[in-house]
Amino acid sequence: MDSPENKYELRLYVAGKTAKSVTALTNLKKYCEEHLKGQYVIEVIDLLVQPQLAEGDQIFAIPTLVRKVPEPIRKIIGDLSNEEKVLVGLNIRPVN
Amino acid sequence: MTNHHHKNKKTKFNYPQIPKTPTGITGLDEITGGGIPTGRPTLICGGAGCGKTLMSLEFIVRGATEFNEPGVFMAFEEKAAELAMNVTSLGFDLVKLQEEKKLKVDYVHIDRSEIEETGEYDLEGLFIRLGYAIDSIGAKRVVLDTVENLFLGLTNQGILRAELRRLFTWLKEKGVTAIITGERGEGNTFTRQGLEEYVSDCVILLDHRVINQISTRRLRILKYRGSLHGTNEYPFLIDEDGIAVLPVTSLNLEKDVSTERVSSGIPALDKMLDNKGFFKGGSVLVSGSAGTGKTSIAACFANEICKQQKRCLYFAFEESPKQIIRNMKSISVNLQQYIDNDSLLFHASRPTLHGLEQHLVAMYKIIKNFKPDAVIIDPITNLVTIGTVSEVKSMLIRLIDFLQEEQITVMFTALSLNSVVNEQTDEGVSSLVDSWLLVRDIEFNGERNRGMYIMKSRGMRHSNQVREFIITDDGIDLVDVYLGPEGVLIGSAREAQRLQEKTGEVLRGNAVNMKDREIDRKRKMLEAKIANLQSEFESAEDELNKISVEEELIKKVSENNRDALTKLRGGDKASSK
Repeated sequence: MDSPENKYELRLYVAGKTAKSVTALTNLKKYCEEHLKGQYVIEVIDLLVQPQLAEGDQIFAIPTLVRKVPEPIRKIIGDLSNEEKVLVGLNIRPVN
Repeated sequence: MTNHHHKNKKTKFNYPQIPKTPTGITGLDEITGGGIPTGRPTLICGGAGCGKTLMSLEFIVRGATEFNEPGVFMAFEEKAAELAMNVTSLGFDLVKLQEEKKLKVDYVHIDRSEIEETGEYDLEGLFIRLGYAIDSIGAKRVVLDTVENLFLGLTNQGILRAELRRLFTWLKEKGVTAIITGERGEGNTFTRQGLEEYVSDCVILLDHRVINQISTRRLRILKYRGSLHGTNEYPFLIDEDGIAVLPVTSLNLEKDVSTERVSSGIPALDKMLDNKGFFKGGSVLVSGSAGTGKTSIAACFANEICKQQKRCLYFAFEESPKQIIRNMKSISVNLQQYIDNDSLLFHASRPTLHGLEQHLVAMYKIIKNFKPDAVIIDPITNLVTIGTVSEVKSMLIRLIDFLQEEQITVMFTALSLNSVVNEQTDEGVSSLVDSWLLVRDIEFNGERNRGMYIMKSRGMRHSNQVREFIITDDGIDLVDVYLGPEGVLIGSAREAQRLQEKTGEVLRGNAVNMKDREIDRKRKMLEAKIANLQSEFESAEDELNKISVEEELIKKVSENNRDALTKLRGGDKASSK
């Protein structure tokens, strides 16, 4: 888990392929490619398929992005449309 | 079980009622006429520390343990472990119930500091989580405590409101009976976020207020769509068994009454009460000023009840049980033996220990548990220190109501604060009770005595006489007062009068003796005369006898002589003989 390449472990919780979920995933991938290239892994969890996982990460809103690593855990809820907020939330300093 | 319950209600009231789910909380189901609406959300709101978490949790626990309805408790405030710990003292074993799949606690942690919001979102995650919890144990009951905490963690109010509305609709679709708790808001709203707008079926308001340093919890059904319900504020209590609401104001006066009688334990008092005593299930008030023996009357009554192998419950608000037992020994009333054989139970508490309503709830619970035949409350006057007269009165009305329903005879004692009977109405109870005994100090002739009379006693012939009430080593007795030329005499005046009469009796007795002796003497004289006459008669008789014997002798001798002469003349007559 602590491999240097995957400095960021991100989990995106969605509930089916809703517009918000799709937007969130698209946005996330875009930001990660821009700022965290090669040092992240994204896991998408569909709660409709695995509802039992909602409790563990204290999920109540959809979509929710959870930064598992590095600690501390951070959560960003919403479709991640505001890049600045997402970056601040993930504690990522923009490249430029 | 639930269905059965509703059917009962239906037949009883004879009008269509919405289905209800019993909460299992003592008293609450009575106020709501069977419970909260089945398959619909109910809102419980109130300020901090009013007991809403506990009430909703009890709803879940009772459902799981008593009604075979598993439940989900979604906590937004307390962690599952904390929650479990908090209610262990109430005998709720959340861990065990969770292991048995009868209950599920899901703690929703919302921390604003670790959450960032950006863009559109919804609360589908919460729905999924709740849905999963419900499905995993087949829950019929759901609690959301306190869902408003979402508003503390999330900023987009528009989304939250829309999602809450969706949540309540979703809960209805799920068919679960839900309780949503909400913190009381400022101003006119019942909850901070106006949850009452979403939950329109049943709203219960809890309240915790402190008056004169004594706290009282109260409950009120704010609304209950489609159902009759009690509209008053009902006191409730949190004790070692959970929550107990007291639906104390009964709506009707249609109780069974008994014609059976209960002895007061004082034979002379029974005599005043139509020779039989009080009515079973009736209420008796014994009032009097300080030191008139009210507790002694109460103890005699308790003693009598226990002697007849019945159960008596004694609420002591003034003296400790040990004091009462010791003091009553001095009048030959041994209460300890009945405590030992479990027929007498003392419950002593300081009136200031709880609020009035808590006292009532506590008494109610003890009575329910002990199932006594008679209850003594000694004295009710001390309760006034924690409430106004009208509050005490309303409490007692409800207590009497309840006791009558249970056919329990009750005796109150009350301290009269002044000697004018009409001015103080003994907390207004006097109009409620069936019998009212008054013990009064009568100061007269340089001493103080007790006089007792029956102010009223419904439904029986009773003496209207003032009796002197005496406490002796052998118990209590009532003595007829002396009605002399100067009025009623009591105490030593009566005793003096009695002595005087006794003196009279002695004198009279003496006179009778004299007469007796005279008669005796006369009789003796007569007897002597009779003896004289007798002896006179005997001597006369002797005389007469003597004459006749002589005559006989003469006759005989002459006959002999004649025979001898005949022989001499040689006649045959004698030889042939």
